[in-house]
Amino acid sequence: MNPSTRYTTTAMALHWLTALFIFTTFPLGVYMHELALSPLKLQLVSYHKWLGVTIFLLTVARLAWRATHVPPPLPETIPLWQQRAAHGLHFLLYVLLLTIPLTGWLMSSAKGFPVVYLGLVQLPDLVGKDKVLGDLLAEVHEMLNFGLLALVGMHIAAALKHHFIEHDDTLRRMLPSGKRVES
Amino acid sequence: MKKLQLLLTLLGAMGGAYAAEFNQVQADKSTLTFAYKQMGVPLEGKFRKFGAQLAFDPARINAAQARLEADIASIDTGSSEGNDEVVGKLWFNTKIYPVAQFVSTGVKALGGNRYEVLGKLTIKGRSLDVSAPFTFRQEGSVGVFDGAFVLKRLDYAIGEGLWADVGTVANEVRIVFHIVTNAVSPIKK
Repeated sequence: MNPSTRYTTTAMALHWLTALFIFTTFPLGVYMHELALSPLKLQLVSYHKWLGVTIFLLTVARLAWRATHVPPPLPETIPLWQQRAAHGLHFLLYVLLLTIPLTGWLMSSAKGFPVVYLGLVQLPDLVGKDKVLGDLLAEVHEMLNFGLLALVGMHIAAALKHHFIEHDDTLRRMLPSGKRVES
Repeated sequence: MKKLQLLLTLLGAMGGAYAAEFNQVQADKSTLTFAYKQMGVPLEGKFRKFGAQLAFDPARINAAQARLEADIASIDTGSSEGNDEVVGKLWFNTKIYPVAQFVSTGVKALGGNRYEVLGKLTIKGRSLDVSAPFTFRQEGSVGVFDGAFVLKRLDYAIGEGLWADVGTVANEVRIVFHIVTNAVSPIKK
């Protein structure tokens, strides 16, 4: 596969790390939410917040990459409307990968528990303690996450469809190795 | 003005005939708060209900006395989940030990408006000697005490069993008191 038709190593690393962290942070959030108060819960909540901040930082790095690189084009065999749909989906994913950690951070502040990234760096509280706002942000955070779940599902389904059904190079653009599928 | 201050200082030093004893605690203006860390996150809490009796005359600190009782169930740890948890057996066990008590045994002058109170702190049936530096500010007939000290929660078995892990909830808890009093002149008594 021609290197110019694949994402750079940096872009791939950022993408797959983001994927790994989403698939850790999301179930962690669902699980910890149901736990009764215990040291384990406090630890898991902290890890969840640290992962969320990490995803936010990775997303900022990916947007910086996008601003300075041209992503490899989608295979020409893909109809224009599908290409547009893919770009729209990617745009929405970026929006959620920024807004979900942001709502989590604001929710933490509103609930009176500041975020201390990795137990080392305390993020400022952008809003004061406010129970109503905290509960509202918790709802928004959850809603956005189920939006993310749906979009990630579509993203993966599309990638797999192109790889296994269309047999094109869509997914290979984001894979570190592998030979070009001759069609 | 300077001369008046000098005169007052001299009079004060002469044995306290003009000094006042601060002994009327203004409960609504006083606060008893605490600060602790959880997973490295600094958090604050307070006791909504506590009672204090004290007698403090800066000119006669040997006679100073303080007694403070906090209603543990009135605790606000910052979240309702936390409040429900800490009244339980592993934490304060408020059914058996509803009150935390501090009784002073003496006050030392540290110079200027700084002092140190020594005494016994009893929580959850355990009594330990503690000392807390504080400042005393006098504004007319109002006297304000501000002080703080750090206790180790495990010394009082606050947070037993799985909560004894100080890596999650830190052992050190900083107790901060802000007590506003009114003076009653001993002469008027």
